[in-house]
Amino acid sequence: MDEALFFIAGIGAVAGAIAVVTLRNPFYSVLALVSHLFSLAVLFLLLNAQFVAAAQIVVYAGAVMVLYVFVVAYIGGSDQPIGPQAGKGLTSLAILAAAGLFIVLILATLGSGLAAIDSEGASMSGTFGQPGQIGELLLTKFLLPFEVASFLLLVAAVGAVVLARRRGAIGVAAGEALSVADLFRMPEGTGSMREALGRPTGTNTREDGPVAPRPGLPTPTGVSAASEEDPA
Amino acid sequence: MNIGWYLVVSALVFAIGAGGVLTRRNPLVILLCLELMLNAANLALVAFSRMHGNGDGQIFAIIVMVVAACEVTVGLGMIVALYRRRLPIDVDELRALHG
Repeated sequence: MDEALFFIAGIGAVAGAIAVVTLRNPFYSVLALVSHLFSLAVLFLLLNAQFVAAAQIVVYAGAVMVLYVFVVAYIGGSDQPIGPQAGKGLTSLAILAAAGLFIVLILATLGSGLAAIDSEGASMSGTFGQPGQIGELLLTKFLLPFEVASFLLLVAAVGAVVLARRRGAIGVAAGEALSVADLFRMPEGTGSMREALGRPTGTNTREDGPVAPRPGLPTPTGVSAASEEDPA
Repeated sequence: MNIGWYLVVSALVFAIGAGGVLTRRNPLVILLCLELMLNAANLALVAFSRMHGNGDGQIFAIIVMVVAACEVTVGLGMIVALYRRRLPIDVDELRALHG
């Protein structure tokens, strides 16, 4: 039973990985990665890592992949490459390099002389891999990595918001110097709901008219207008 | 199943992911291939954890998942920023990253 499950899940994982790399449409690549993640979760279950398997499905297949799907839907999966295709020679060289990497990895792990590689693993306690044991380890032995990971998540979330927001510069004329009060002025074009309705944004706008379209910014009129424009 | 088989699957997925990073040109797909490589490393970590009957490797795998989630958020934020600036979504075109 274990062997059959391992081969089904292993073949599923490898097939999902190949599909991620070879499919032309990024949307299908994301879906292939989801199936790959489910196969990996089965492999984790076979290795008595129940909590890691559950986290894999909830966090990866649930949350991260939804983020991917949103971004692919926003950008629009362009299956055609824009520029001229890279040379066939380079592609075959890359495949050769990947095959070489696989051979080196196999030689390194199977040739490492680890006696336990040919076994089913050491004996383990009854709670091995269950949430209780993982939680105990995280809060005692690995407390510092746990806290560092939470801080890293915070930094990444703030960084993603800063990277992806609309950039509206505070207008400063050539001769003017920036003052402390500029810190509290809202620049135009920050992607707020008010702007989407055509109302003026920013505290430095005086007249009560619709926002003039600024060069370099998408026109802030919602989803339908953004999809009509060709980004290329 | 012997632990060695899990390591073979892990090495295979890692090599496929590396090949994808080398051949694909859409940064979204390159991020997906990086995910593949991180997941292959996770599988190896969990397999070694089972081999030793010790839970430390599973903690390491969970931390790797956290780092992968951070990498995805920042990477996707960069791709959305590229799209907003009307830059081509193609890593071959984006050689000069100034400004």
